[in-house]
Amino acid sequence: MRVSLFITCLADLFHPEIGLAMVTILRKHGVELVFPGGQTCCGQPAFNTGNWAEARSVAARMLDVFESSEYVVSPSASCTAMIREGFPRLFANDEALHARSETLASRSFEFIEFLGKVLHVKSADARFNGRLTYHYTCHQRALGMTTEAEDLVKSLQGVTYIPLEGKERCCGFGGAFSIKMPDLSGHMANDKVERIIETGAEAVVVNDTGCIMNISGALKRRGVPVKVIHLARILSGEVTAP
Amino acid sequence: MNRETELTPRWDFGAATRQSLRNESLAKALFRATAKFDDGRRALMAALPESDLLREKARQIKDDVLQHLDRYLAQFADSVEKAGGIVHWAKTGDDANALVASIARERNVKRIVKAKTMVSEETHLNDALESEGFCVIETDLGEYILQVAGDRPSHIVVPAVHRTKEEIAELFNTSFGVSLPPEPAEITKFARARLREEFANADMGITGANFAAADTGTVIQVTNEGNGRLCATWPPVQVVFMGIEKIIPRLEDLPVFLKLLARSATGQPMTVYTNLITGPRREGEGDGARELHVILIDNGRTAVLGSEYRQSLRCIRCGACLNTCPVYRNVGGHTYGSVYPGPIGSVLSPLYEGRSRFSALPHASSLCGACYQACPMKINIPHMLTAMRAEQAERGDNHVLERLGMRLWALAMRSPLLYRFGGTALRWGMLPLSSEGWVSSLPYPFSGWTKRRDFPLPAKKSFRGSFKE
Ligand code: SF4
Repeated sequence: MRVSLFITCLADLFHPEIGLAMVTILRKHGVELVFPGGQTCCGQPAFNTGNWAEARSVAARMLDVFESSEYVVSPSASCTAMIREGFPRLFANDEALHARSETLASRSFEFIEFLGKVLHVKSADARFNGRLTYHYTCHQRALGMTTEAEDLVKSLQGVTYIPLEGKERCCGFGGAFSIKMPDLSGHMANDKVERIIETGAEAVVVNDTGCIMNISGALKRRGVPVKVIHLARILSGEVTAP
Repeated sequence: MNRETELTPRWDFGAATRQSLRNESLAKALFRATAKFDDGRRALMAALPESDLLREKARQIKDDVLQHLDRYLAQFADSVEKAGGIVHWAKTGDDANALVASIARERNVKRIVKAKTMVSEETHLNDALESEGFCVIETDLGEYILQVAGDRPSHIVVPAVHRTKEEIAELFNTSFGVSLPPEPAEITKFARARLREEFANADMGITGANFAAADTGTVIQVTNEGNGRLCATWPPVQVVFMGIEKIIPRLEDLPVFLKLLARSATGQPMTVYTNLITGPRREGEGDGARELHVILIDNGRTAVLGSEYRQSLRCIRCGACLNTCPVYRNVGGHTYGSVYPGPIGSVLSPLYEGRSRFSALPHASSLCGACYQACPMKINIPHMLTAMRAEQAERGDNHVLERLGMRLWALAMRSPLLYRFGGTALRWGMLPLSSEGWVSSLPYPFSGWTKRRDFPLPAKKSFRGSFKE
C-alpha cells in the first residue's frame, strides 16, 4: 500500500513533529510513504474568505501534485474536508477538473480516519501515563467522523481519561475567522481553555494544527501548563507522558 | 423585497460583538438557556431511532414543495377557499401589512391580539398597524415582555431569552405598578390575567403558521402557551400571516415535521398545543373565528427560490442552529442587528434585508458546522455562508488588503520554492518578536490574534526538511 503524505502548510511549518509521528506509525503498519514535494497548502484561507479564484489556482495545483496517489493522508480533518467538499465546489463549472477533484476526494483521508477505515486500527498500541482529555475538532464533523479519535484515546495504556465538557464545541479558530473576528474567536478559545482547566487534565489531545495553535496559544497566554498534543504523537510512542 | 437601500450603513458586527461580550450576565443567561435547549435536542434526537430517516424524509418533502411551489400554492389557496377561508397574496412586506390593515379597517377593528410570528417581525407588521391607529397586543409571553419593554426578539423561538427573570419582574413592576417577585410562575400568572382581558376584548387575532397543508387548506400552528389557540378562536376575525414557503403537500405529512420541530426547538417530544385550523367556524360549531383570512407573503422568497440559496427555504424556524452555535451562544441575537439571528440568520439577513448592509454576517461563523449537524431540515448553512463570501469577493465587496494578501499568498502557494522561502522568511521575521518560541504581539492585520492568545513561532526545521523517504 502506498500513501502520499499531505502534511498541510501549518503542520509543515509549525508542527513538523506531527507529520513525523504519522510517518512512524504508518511505517509500522508496513505502508510505503511518499511526500510529493510540490505540495503547499490546500487553499482553505482563500476558499473560506471567498477568494475563490485564488483558491482555485492553488487547488488545481493540488490536483496535479496528487494525481497518481493511491491514498492521500493528512493530519488535519480541516484540510481533508477542504479537498473533499471544497475542491468539487470550486470546480463545479469545469467538468474535467471536477471529475479529478472527485477522484482526489475519494482517495483523501484524515490520519485517524485512515487508521480506522483503511488499516482497521480499533485500539491504541501505545501508552500515556497521565491525565488526558480530548477536544473534538470541528472538521471531523464534515468528514462524518464521530468517536474514532476519542475511542483511541480511551484505549491508551496507563491513561486517566477525563472527558471535556462541550468537547465538540468549536475552539474559535476558524482560520481567517480568528483574524477577522478576533474578539469572538479569542473569547471562544478562552471558553475552551476554561473547560480544559476544569478537567484537571495535564494534557489535551487536539487533532488539527489550526486548533492546536489556537488552544495552545490561549493556554500559553493564560499561563496554564496543560500540554496540547496531536494523537499521532502519542500513538507513535514519541510522547508517553505530559 | 429588500427594505434596505444600499445607502443604509453597514451593520458593524465586530463592534456589536465587543459590546455583547462585555455583558457578562447576558452571556451567562444566554449560555444556560441555549445549552438547556441544545442538550435537550441532542438527547431526544438520539433517543429517536428513526431521526435520520425523518430528517431525510422532511428534506425530501420540502424540496418537492419548493420544486413545485407554484402548483402547491395554488392548491393550498383553493383548499382554503373551499373550506370557507379567504386568501390574499402579498408580494412585499408592505403589501402584506397593508392587507391586514385594510381587513381590519373594513371590519371596524380596534384591538388586535397577536400570536408569535417571525414573518410579522420581518415585515414590521406591528409598527405598520400601530401607525394606523390599531392597538396590537403580543400574546406570546416572551413577545409580550419585549413589547412592554419596547425591545426586539433575540431568538426566533424564545424571543426574550436575553432577559433574566429579575429584569422581567422589575420591568412589570415599574410598567404596571405591581410588586412581583422574580419568580417565573408569578410573572406568568400576572401576564396571563392581563392577556385574558386582551383576548376577550380583541376584534381580530393574528397568527402565524408553522405549516400549511395544500391538500386540505389546513393551517397548523404549534405553541407551548396556548395563546395561539386563543388568538385563532376567540376574536371574530382570524388572520393567518405566513410566508409562502410554509406549505407541505399533504396533511398526512405533518407528523414528520411535528416530530422534528418540537425536538429540535426546545427538546420536547411534542409541543403543548398543536392547532389544526381548516376554514372558519362552520354552522353548528361551538368555536373558531367567524372569518378566516390567509395572507401568503412572498417578500423576496421567490427570488431566493431561484438562487443557489434555495435550501434556506426549507427552514422551519426551530432555532436549533442558534442554540448550538458557539457564536450565537456567546453574543446573543441582537448582535446580528437583524430580524433573524444566528447561523440561519447570517444567511437570511443578507438575502432579505440587504447583502451590503449585512455583509459582515456571512463571516460571523468559524464554519464549525454545528448548525448543519443540528438542523432537522439538513440545511447546509456553512456551505451557504462560504458561497456568500465568494459572492462578496466576486463583486469586490471585501477588504482591499485581503484581496492583495490573497493574491500574494496564492502566488506563493503555487510555487513550492516561494512557499519554502516564505516559510523561512516567516520564521526569521517573527524571531525578533518572540520569546521562548511564542509571539505575544503580532503586527496589523494579524494583531487580533494576539489580543487574547500567543502565536507560535514556526519550527526550526519544517517537515519537508526532515522527512526521509
Ligand atoms: S436552519 Fe435548520 S436548525 Fe436553523 S432554524 Fe432553520 S430548520 Fe432550524
